[in-house]
Amino acid sequence: MIETQQLTKRYGALTAVDGISFTLEPGRVLGFLGPNGAGKSTTMKMIAGFLAPTSGRAKVCGHDVVDDALAAKQVLGYLPEGAPSYGEMTPRQFLSFVADVRNLSGARRTQRIDDVVERLHLTGVLDQPIETLSKGFKRRVGLAQAIVHDPQVLILDEPTDGLDPNQKHEVRALINAMAKDKTIVVSTHILEEVHAVCSRAIIIANGRILADASPAELEARSRYHQAVSLTTSNVGAAKEALSRIADVAAVEIDPQDHRITAFPKPGKQIFAAVSDVVKAQGIDVSELQLESGRLDEVFRSVTQGNGQEAAA
Amino acid sequence: MNAIRTIFKRELMSYFATPVAYVFIVIFLLLAGAFTFYIGNFYERGQADLLPFFNFHPWLYLFLVPAVGMRLWSEERKSGTIEMLLTLPVTMWQAVLGKFLAAWAFIGIALALTFPVWITVNYLGSPDNGVIFASYLGSFLMAGAFLAVASCISACTRSQVIAFILTVVVCFLLLLSGYALVLNAFAAIAPQGVVDAIAGLSFLTHFAAISKGVIDFRDLIYFLLTIAFWLYASAVVIDLKKAD
Repeated sequence: MIETQQLTKRYGALTAVDGISFTLEPGRVLGFLGPNGAGKSTTMKMIAGFLAPTSGRAKVCGHDVVDDALAAKQVLGYLPEGAPSYGEMTPRQFLSFVADVRNLSGARRTQRIDDVVERLHLTGVLDQPIETLSKGFKRRVGLAQAIVHDPQVLILDEPTDGLDPNQKHEVRALINAMAKDKTIVVSTHILEEVHAVCSRAIIIANGRILADASPAELEARSRYHQAVSLTTSNVGAAKEALSRIADVAAVEIDPQDHRITAFPKPGKQIFAAVSDVVKAQGIDVSELQLESGRLDEVFRSVTQGNGQEAAA
Repeated sequence: MNAIRTIFKRELMSYFATPVAYVFIVIFLLLAGAFTFYIGNFYERGQADLLPFFNFHPWLYLFLVPAVGMRLWSEERKSGTIEMLLTLPVTMWQAVLGKFLAAWAFIGIALALTFPVWITVNYLGSPDNGVIFASYLGSFLMAGAFLAVASCISACTRSQVIAFILTVVVCFLLLLSGYALVLNAFAAIAPQGVVDAIAGLSFLTHFAAISKGVIDFRDLIYFLLTIAFWLYASAVVIDLKKAD
């Protein structure tokens, strides 16, 4: 459980985070999206108790991160941006250190360390200095450190940055596996990740929340939501035919692959009409797709200029 | 307490994880030996004491302690591990104290390894071992004071080189303020009270007092307060500069 109320961080005249409020329940994975410098990391650092907010408050499992910092830190696992760790230590020493600081002992300590080592596939590198490991392993050591005490709340700043596609997949699977009973916040600028792991997404820019919705709801804001795309050899005729459908607002042709997209008028479904027209006119179609919406487009429209309109 | 002990253990291990610790210890021992026997004329003096050995400690520490202390916080900040460390369930003072004590213990190990000098002087004559013990204590306390300065300055910057140079300069001033040369210059222009106050600030004055064999409570308090002050300043600086 994470609660923030009007969380604000100012550096002199610069306001990095400007009145961020949200509540996140256990079992939910929140994706923090936003351009670089939007205030994602600063917000996470405040929730993790590293930076003190200029004003506003944040609570982790009911513990205020400023007034009751130790209790908040005990229930929280945090992966800072870049997954820093002590380079001269081996993963075994490093995880033992974190387990000791977190007061794990006896059988539970052994069991927890074995568990994270296995989950993050660190067995092969347990006794190599961390500084000699690849970027992917370093990231996983950082993740292991964050979850070694099985925290109720997890804050992960760009957990998949620098991983290869297989490793990304594994980390996402790990987050999904932990999501059932934990409260997790993940920051990312990889939009596909939002689909893969998040049940809720908050888009922030210039320190403010611009959108707060489920990934599907965000997609529904896209111009592409419910649009129909098709690929054909007969581009001219197809465009002509699609334009004549009553509920079609516009037809566009992708300048690169000549894929045609028909956009519906607001609230209308056009897939059936489009496929009927294609059959009736005998247009030779190699591929026909109903679009669910494009997050990258929503992201751009929300974070650049016309954000007000998209957020409304 | 557990957090301090865990951080202490990790830090001390990290000194020995790289060759730096061994290089430091070897150089410390070589220089201490060279100063004692060649410059301090240990044999020629014909006296069974360790004055020539301890007299050079302030100058040895002036360069070697900042070299140990420069990495204390600047490395944490440069590598970003400070964010990891301070979001673990530890308080600021536990982190500051744990790291400081580890570095101090490391210097203590180097100092303890000078024991052959003590064996030598006991073999050659019958020195006053009480005085030698007091001198070791004074030397260790002085090293702690140097190190606390290094801790604070290391918290100010992410560059270890800058931390080293600034620490040497500050420690040099703290040493100099006990020298007759400086004190006489002040005596000409300032009242005796001011001169005494300046002398009272110097590591050298208090170290000299302890190494005479008189463990005065005030000298102990001086070093402990100096350490506490600079460590407190370290915590304040770390807190202020966390964001950058």
